[in-house]
Amino acid sequence: MATEILMPALSPTMEEGTLAKWLVKEGDTITSGMILAEIETDKATMEFEAVDEGVMGKFIVAEGSEGVKVNSPIAVLLEEGEDASAVPAAQAAAVEEAAPAGSSDGSAPAPASVPAAPIESKAVEPDVPEGTEFKQQTVREALRDAMAEEMRNDETVYLMGEEVAEYQGAYKVSQGLLDEFGAKRVIDTPITEHGFAGIAVGASFGGLRPIVEFMTFNFAMQAIDQIINSAAKTLYMSGGQMGAPMVFRGPNGAAARVGAQHSQDYAAWYSHIPGLKVVQPYSAMDAKGLLKTAIRDPNPVIFLENEILYGQSFDVPVLDDFTIPFGKARIWREGSDVTIISFGIGMKYALEAADKLAEEGISAEVLDLRTLRPIDYGAIIASVQKTNRVVTVEEGFPVASMGNHISAYIMTHAFDYLDAPVLNCTGKDVLMPYAANLEKHALTSTAEVIDAVKQVTYR
Amino acid sequence: MAAKKSAKPNVSKDELLYHYREMLLIRRFEEKAGQLYGMGLIGGFCHLYIGQEAVVVGLEAAAEEGDKRVTSYRDHGHMLACGMDPKGIMAELTGREGGFSKGKGGSMHMFSKEKHFYGGHGIVAAQVPIGAGLAFADKYLGNDRVTFAYFGDGAANQGQVYETYNMAELWDLPVIFVIENNQYAMGTSVKRSTKSPSLWERGAAYGIPGEEVDGMDVLKVKAAGEKAIAHCRAGKGPYILEVMTYRYRGHSMSDPAKYRTRDEVQKMRDERDPIESVRQMLLTGKHASEEDLKSIDKEIKAIVNEAAEFSKESPEPALEELWTDIYAEA
Ligand SMILES: Cc1ncc(C[n+]2csc(CCOP(=O)(O)OP(=O)(O)O)c2C)c(N)n1
Ligand SMILES: [Mg+2]
Repeated sequence: MATEILMPALSPTMEEGTLAKWLVKEGDTITSGMILAEIETDKATMEFEAVDEGVMGKFIVAEGSEGVKVNSPIAVLLEEGEDASAVPAAQAAAVEEAAPAGSSDGSAPAPASVPAAPIESKAVEPDVPEGTEFKQQTVREALRDAMAEEMRNDETVYLMGEEVAEYQGAYKVSQGLLDEFGAKRVIDTPITEHGFAGIAVGASFGGLRPIVEFMTFNFAMQAIDQIINSAAKTLYMSGGQMGAPMVFRGPNGAAARVGAQHSQDYAAWYSHIPGLKVVQPYSAMDAKGLLKTAIRDPNPVIFLENEILYGQSFDVPVLDDFTIPFGKARIWREGSDVTIISFGIGMKYALEAADKLAEEGISAEVLDLRTLRPIDYGAIIASVQKTNRVVTVEEGFPVASMGNHISAYIMTHAFDYLDAPVLNCTGKDVLMPYAANLEKHALTSTAEVIDAVKQVTYR
Repeated sequence: MAAKKSAKPNVSKDELLYHYREMLLIRRFEEKAGQLYGMGLIGGFCHLYIGQEAVVVGLEAAAEEGDKRVTSYRDHGHMLACGMDPKGIMAELTGREGGFSKGKGGSMHMFSKEKHFYGGHGIVAAQVPIGAGLAFADKYLGNDRVTFAYFGDGAANQGQVYETYNMAELWDLPVIFVIENNQYAMGTSVKRSTKSPSLWERGAAYGIPGEEVDGMDVLKVKAAGEKAIAHCRAGKGPYILEVMTYRYRGHSMSDPAKYRTRDEVQKMRDERDPIESVRQMLLTGKHASEEDLKSIDKEIKAIVNEAAEFSKESPEPALEELWTDIYAEA
């Protein structure tokens, strides 16, 4: 019986991909383990291996086709002796739908992935001069550019971490940096987080400005002692003589279906520590401007990225030297009924909720903190004075969360302006489950934000 | 399972067939897991064991009932080899109620108290001190058991490994450190992560004996395992086995594997495949005919297909499960 070969998912975040190249021909005998095709995912070009044996009957999707959905049939495998006429009509019909994207001579390779729809920035207080030109960039590209620009500017800036050089970054954030800056400044480490974090702290004492990439912040727990006890505390303990001008960066928080040990949001953890600065950008523009500021800052900076945001595109200003100061929130959307305060990927829920609430006639102001240490208390209080109601949104655990801190601050400093208790939308008070249905419930959501807003506005 | 103990000098037909079956089960299971991942039924990270089958199968053949094991995220082979039900493993991979962790752990985090399998750990090298701790408990309680603590060549550079070596030898803990040297840690070859000529020799600094083992030869692995177990059970403390092996697939499902050539992988498959070599021994020793082996293949495929079916049919966990197992009942 003919079996369909389906477009495979080749990464935790892949929903569609490009069938770059067939490596077998129709009529070829297929054995398990044989490489059938090259498929471009959101991160890389991957080889797709056969599992079942048989004869390649018919390609349903031609090479060069972009945007092929995961799980859609791409070819039909026949059993030995069977002929291609066994291919059911419905399968043959699918051929027309997936037309190849590039020219048929294969000259123009398709881009690695189709960028997600751009997100409009409605910043009320612009970070750039009027008339600045913008270009579309993913968060991933913006981070890479920020590092490259700072490395060009300052010889003492270097990058170290696992797979940052030859592999081009586990999440491809450091793509191209080894080529440009060489192995002296883009350094692959063994898997030894506590050791290389400590070496970077020492290097910063010794006059360098290290950027340490943690493959994810989950693994930074191996290095937590060097980050806290050495990097954060030395300036104070030395009476201001020496400190650790360095950046610890990498993806933080839940990715997709990677379970409890790989899905924690550390925003509140690091924000707890005097001596650290903590940044958690949402947009590509902020990622770029804030990472440049972080690299120049004379203190240890924790720079929390997000795997799911890496592939998202935003407007980024085309400027020679664009930085964003720490401690300055960004108002993404002005509103009068309620303030939604968030940062990092929490902004996704905040902005979606604000859009939906607007349809129901509730005007939400959306504040992106961008940096958690220092935090823009002024912007928070100003917005509370205007709307009198607040909902905070973050992915981390609820106990001792950023939202708890912000609520307490507002209670202390703007109690008389509040018309309702501040509500915190957070991850649930549970560890991250693997099962798809449970994972969804463990995270906060747009629906929860909308619900919280309705509670504080008594609708 | 793990029904060995027949450590006769001449390898019997039964033993060869046993190894063949066990290794084939892992291979077919992993191929199926790869396929289910491609279909979106398995999510997140999924690290396949294809190519390394002889390591766990050889060591499990040397182990006795009650011995313990703990490993990394690349754990499917270890679970199958210690006798955990393929259905429960596959259903954990698909995140279903019928999985070993009720769908809450996933590929990297699975456990079985019954089979003395202590995980499935996602943090590189965290399982090494845990393995020594299991051995500590056995010694403390007077159990005559050993623990296998498996870790990779990449994990072998983590500091906690050496802290553990020191204490394990200091306290004569019955733990076998099994370094599964598959030559790569993600995209980093061993040569790019250390200048140590060998990993097992590092034990010498702490007084721990060890040896290098050909991990593509299940019989050699088993023999080395027996020697290490004898050392531990005699109360002489830990032992290190650096098992030289190779993973055929990418590090995880999303690894484009550009750090090695296709030829390098193909050469290993063609020349060193652990299953193929046992297959040849069975055929040339006239222990089995092509027909016999075909019918074993069929049996294994049926087991794996049944596991896959179960993993699709088992329902997603009930939403209340989100809130359970955070704390044990006091
Ligand atoms: C502490 C920590 N750092 C980094 C990672 C990411 N990571 C997962 S597996 C891996 C490579 C490990 O290689 P090795 O120990 O050789 O085991 P193998 O995957 O080859 O079985 C890395 C870097 C992690 N899970 N934990
Ligand atoms: Mg390895």
